[in-house]
Amino acid sequence: MSVTAITVAGHEDAPSAFTVARLALARDLTLAYRKREQLIQPLAFFAIVTTLFPLAITPELSGLRPIAAGVLWVAALLSALLALEFLFRDDSHDGTLEQYALSGRSLTWLLFAKTAAHWALTGVPLALVAPLAAAALGAPISAAPGIVVSIAIGTVALSLIGAIGAALTLGVKRSGALLSLLTLPLSVPIVIFGARATELALKGESYAAPVELLAAIAVLGLTLAPLAAAAAVRISLE
Amino acid sequence: MSELSLRAENLHLWRGERHVLRGVALEVTGGEVLQVTGTNGAGKTTLLRALCGLMHPEEGRVVWGGRDVRDDLATFHGALIYLGHEPPLKADLTACENLKYWVGLRRRITVTRIASALESVGIPGLAERLVRTLSAGQKRRVALAGLVLLAVPLWLLDEPTTNLDSEGQRLVGRLIEEHTGGGGLTVAAVHHELAVSPQRLRRLELARA
Repeated sequence: MSVTAITVAGHEDAPSAFTVARLALARDLTLAYRKREQLIQPLAFFAIVTTLFPLAITPELSGLRPIAAGVLWVAALLSALLALEFLFRDDSHDGTLEQYALSGRSLTWLLFAKTAAHWALTGVPLALVAPLAAAALGAPISAAPGIVVSIAIGTVALSLIGAIGAALTLGVKRSGALLSLLTLPLSVPIVIFGARATELALKGESYAAPVELLAAIAVLGLTLAPLAAAAAVRISLE
Repeated sequence: MSELSLRAENLHLWRGERHVLRGVALEVTGGEVLQVTGTNGAGKTTLLRALCGLMHPEEGRVVWGGRDVRDDLATFHGALIYLGHEPPLKADLTACENLKYWVGLRRRITVTRIASALESVGIPGLAERLVRTLSAGQKRRVALAGLVLLAVPLWLLDEPTTNLDSEGQRLVGRLIEEHTGGGGLTVAAVHHELAVSPQRLRRLELARA
């Protein structure tokens, strides 16, 4: 093969935006599969934190049930935060973000795909494991759908807000503490509405209203967060 | 392709208190190679990053095909590839996967073409090897296969022969010759002379600030 057929962007050879997102997503999922310890870490943290509460407060389910929603959401928030540190860090170190920025494709779109992969790898497993942790805290099985839905939607919003924080702290050494300081205050509404939805699900009542508010935050995040993260990544590449 | 040209006009760039680029001007047209030399810290990498738009000069402008690149950065980026000191490869992906995901963002690519590109850079049997198991020189060759596959007009190369043996250095020269022979442009920051024909070669020496 020789270097002869020079092309420029816009050529019919260029993949569609959907293909570009699929490739970015597939790359991150493949890498996560090869580095499973990064995948397991937030889940293990979530399991340990929710297990510590019965040991520290009371093993009685009647005593744990009133605090179950709060415990689940604080543990989910901290677990999501733990995983956020890895969101852009490796891509920044190995030059992938540079290549994304210089690809001629939308950096915002590529970071959106990366954030979607991050949610699939952290938010979805957390949502699936949460009913088990909730059962250990005295939650009825009937509450499982409400718990899964609220944590799944809430972690979408957490991943998006976290993407902004992760992008802003890219150039900072030992960025974990700064990332927490940036992300936690913005996550307060998600924890409030998420815990409320979970609490209503535990009581067997309708949890639609707080879940809709969570969804509204997630939609706002979908609209703004990739743009903000792309701007922050461009600054960090300078 | 001969109408292609890259021009930098009066580039000034500071990094903190250091005035790294002091009024740098250059022009390269299709078929030419600009070899940028200078001591460590002279600003070779900074110049390449400013040319490709990763860094923004405080003064001056970069012109591609007669237009200020800031007018349409996406089109300019679609026409270039920048290879930095380190090959942009994922250690936990194979050579083939790396090229599929990297090049595939910009053009449709098949495994057959990837295998052919790896063969053309002298590493035909390494497509399915994880990059973490490759030597530094082999990683560099995988990145060179990316250059071949992307087939964009403008190559911005930062120390492209790093970690390569003498045969690998000749390979870089040959790839640049073929690229510029087809009408492409290359700007390469180097410590050692590039193995390309003198009639294509232009030089720019940067002095340390």
